Amino acid sequence: MTGWLSVLVHGTLLGGLYALFAIGLSLIFGIMRLVNLAHGDLIVLAAFVILAVMTSFGVDVLSALLISLPIMFVIGFALQYVILNQTLGRDILPPLLVTFGFSIIIQNGLQEAFSADSQRLAAGAIETASIQLGGGIAVGVMPLLTLLTAIGVIFALNALFYWAPLGRAFRATSDDPLTAQLMGIDNRRIFAIAMGIAMIVTAIAAFYLGIRANFDPSIGPARLIYAFEAVIIGGLGSLWGTLLGGIILGVAQTIGAHINPEWQILAGHVAFLIILILRPRGLFPRAFD
Amino acid sequence: MSLLETRDLTAHYRDLQALFGVNTRLEQGDTLAIIGANGAGKSTFLRSITGLLRGAPWSIVFDGEPIGHLSAAEIMKRGIALVPEGRRLFPSLTVEENLLVGGYGRTGSGHWNISTIYSLFPKLRERRHQASTTLSGGEQQMVAIGRALMSNPRVLLCDEISLGLAPIIIRDIYQALPKIKETGTSVVIVEQDIQQAMKVADRLYCFQKGRISLAGSPAAFSRDEIHHAYFGTQK
Repeated sequence: MTGWLSVLVHGTLLGGLYALFAIGLSLIFGIMRLVNLAHGDLIVLAAFVILAVMTSFGVDVLSALLISLPIMFVIGFALQYVILNQTLGRDILPPLLVTFGFSIIIQNGLQEAFSADSQRLAAGAIETASIQLGGGIAVGVMPLLTLLTAIGVIFALNALFYWAPLGRAFRATSDDPLTAQLMGIDNRRIFAIAMGIAMIVTAIAAFYLGIRANFDPSIGPARLIYAFEAVIIGGLGSLWGTLLGGIILGVAQTIGAHINPEWQILAGHVAFLIILILRPRGLFPRAFD
Repeated sequence: MSLLETRDLTAHYRDLQALFGVNTRLEQGDTLAIIGANGAGKSTFLRSITGLLRGAPWSIVFDGEPIGHLSAAEIMKRGIALVPEGRRLFPSLTVEENLLVGGYGRTGSGHWNISTIYSLFPKLRERRHQASTTLSGGEQQMVAIGRALMSNPRVLLCDEISLGLAPIIIRDIYQALPKIKETGTSVVIVEQDIQQAMKVADRLYCFQKGRISLAGSPAAFSRDEIHHAYFGTQK
C-alpha cells in the first residue's frame, strides 16, 4: 500500500516538471495561436545557456539561472519580433514549418557548440536531499521544489493576466487581435513580450530538468511531446489545467514504471490517448472559441 | 487648419478599389456624419483613418501631420479612437476590464476615466464585473463607446452605433453624444440611419460607390437631394 502511495506522490512531483515544460507552450498558443514545435529544443537551449553561464562565470547553478532569465527573455523577444511575427496570419502552416526548422537549427547548433555529450547541472548536496513524509514515504527536495515552483509560476502568471494592464492586453489580443490594435496595443510587441515570458518559464524548466537528469542536444523533441500532452490533457488556455495535465502524465508514467520499468514512457502516452478519446477538448477547455 | 483631413484618399482590397479620392475635413469640436448605402465605402473610410488599412502618408492629415502610413496602435496613441461596427468587445474580459483596456495605449489628459464613464452610462456600473457577453446589445454598445472614450481621444469615430438596436435604446445612446461633445471631442458618426445622423451633425458627407456624392451642412439639403446622393438615382 505504501508502495502505491509513494508512486502517486512521486508521479505528482514529476508532473510539476512536465507542467513547467508545458506552461510556456500553453502561454504561446493561448495568446497568439502559435504552435511552437521548437519548444522542447528551446528548453534544452536554456539548459545549455545555464551551463555556459556556470562554466564561464564560475557561479553556482542558482546564480546561473538568475543570470539566464533575462538572457532567455531577450532570445524569446527577438525570436518572436524578428522572425515568428512574420509567419503569423490566417494560415497555421507557416509558423509550424518555421518552428520545425528552428528545432533542427537549435539541435544542430547546440551539437556544434557543446558536442553531443551528455551534460548535467551540478547543484551539490541538495540534488540527493530528501524529506521523510512519514509512513515510509520520502520525497526528494528537488522534485518537491519543482512542483512548488510550477504552482508559483502559475500563480504569478495568473496575477499578471488578471491584475496588470499588460495581462489585460494579452487577453484582449488573444480574443481579437484586430480590435486590440484599436486600443493602442501593438500586437507585434505584445507577442514578443509573451514569447520572452514563455522563455523565462522555459529557463526555469531547464534548471530543474538539468539538475534532475542528463541532457544533450537531441532530447528536445521528447520534452515537446510531454509538454504537448500536458497542455492537451488540461485543455487549451487553462494554466491550472496544464498543471493537472502534467500531474496526470507524471502519475501515469510513474505507475507504468512501477509495474515494469520499460513501461514508463508508454504509460504516459496511453493515459494521454485515453483522455483524448474521453474528453477531446481536455479537462478544462476554454468556454469559447 | 482642420483637425482631421483626408486628401484624395484611396483604398484597395487587393485588386478591388474601394475608395476613389475622398476629400473630407473635420474641424475641432465638430460632429461629422457620414451616410451611404451598404458597400459605399463608409467602413473602408474608417478603416483607413484608424490605420487598419494603410496608405500614403499625406492622404490622411491629423493635426497637421501625415498619419496615412501609421499603424492602428500608433494612430490611436495620437488620439483617434474607434467604436467599431458590431461593438467587438473582448469576450474574456469583464465590462470594467473592457473599459480599462481602452486606455491601454493612451489615457490622455481629459474628462474621461472609469468613474466618469460610469456616470455617463450608470447601467454599466452595476454590471462592471460581469462578462461583456452577458450584456444586452445596448449595454454592449455603451461599453464599446466607453472603451473608446477611456483614451480621451481628440476624435471619436463611431461606426454604425445604432445597428441592430431598438429605437428606444438608440435614443438612449445618442443622448450621450452632447455630453461627449461638451468635453471638446470631435465626433465622426457613420450611420445608415440618416435621420439620426442628420440630427446631430454639423456637417454631412454622403458616400456612394467609393466617392463622395454630397458634402455640406445637413440643413442645406432637401430630402430629395439626399435621396439621390444616397441611392445614386437620377434627378
